[in-house]
Amino acid sequence: MRLEYPGNVKIIRVPCTGKVDVMHLLRAIQKGADGVYCVGCLEGTCHYNEGNFRCRERVNHVRMLLEEVGLESDRVRMYNLSSGEGPTFAAYAKEMTEHIKGLGPNPLKNK
Amino acid sequence: MIVAKRKPFEEIKSMIKDYKKVLNVGCGTCVAVCLAGGEKEVDVLNAELDMARKLEESPIELGKITVERQCDREYLETLDSMVDDYDAILSMACGAGIQFLAERFAHKPVFPGVDTSFIGINQDVGWYEERCRSCNSCVLGMTGGICPVTMCAKGLYNGPCGGTNQGSCEIHKDQPCAWYMIYERLERQGRLDSIMDVVPAQDWRNQTPRTVIQPGYKKPEAA
Repeated sequence: MRLEYPGNVKIIRVPCTGKVDVMHLLRAIQKGADGVYCVGCLEGTCHYNEGNFRCRERVNHVRMLLEEVGLESDRVRMYNLSSGEGPTFAAYAKEMTEHIKGLGPNPLKNK
Repeated sequence: MIVAKRKPFEEIKSMIKDYKKVLNVGCGTCVAVCLAGGEKEVDVLNAELDMARKLEESPIELGKITVERQCDREYLETLDSMVDDYDAILSMACGAGIQFLAERFAHKPVFPGVDTSFIGINQDVGWYEERCRSCNSCVLGMTGGICPVTMCAKGLYNGPCGGTNQGSCEIHKDQPCAWYMIYERLERQGRLDSIMDVVPAQDWRNQTPRTVIQPGYKKPEAA
């Protein structure tokens, strides 16, 4: 498809978004990442039944933790798509990048 | 098991605001199972504190260790060589663990990271309910395995009060009446006659710290 998506997005592959842990997301922000987002399968289509639902709960938990700390909760988001939707993947990458650019850099960077 | 809930972040942050080097001690037994103060919760809290203090331009150095149980002397020993490197200790154990830790390291300020809630059961992951008030005089044998001290809002030992209403308690329609449940269960088991046993008034005045020494054991002379 030769699709393009912003080069600032670093992809970390996991077997299922159910593998993503609160600490993975929190550590990324702690170490200075401007934003983190999880891209899981469409809700209701998880091969393991509830992996993407678990991820969504964890993303929500991290958003709450960031609020407590005093950071914008919207630096962490959850997206869903099917594995056949390359163009949607690229669109989400662009959307997240623009959204994070709007928020500005992570205040923890270089601290 | 003992169920606890992590304290609000602001409360924890304010307790240790004057310290620059804090050791966060998790407990690997009850509070780890109820997802309040185990190894992972220590990591999450440390990450939060680290970020919050950096944002406030007052960085903090945080250590972490999770011992098997903070209510056992042998596991606390592992901390002996560590605590002097820190200004204060944050404990994520239950109230018993925190006190035992504070007693061992009486020269260090010790702060609680959790609020100890109750003795309860695990309904599902992350969902716990109270079942025991550790009253030290169990009547579950005559109440069909339902504790009237815990499950009845008034803790009544001898039948329901006038507030029982179609199986619900007067405090809330979603709160079952303990004595209604006891009646139903005893009836199903065909031993309703045990509901007629009268439990004498308990000596609730005796609220001093209790000690248990099991048969065959004794309190060591120099403990």
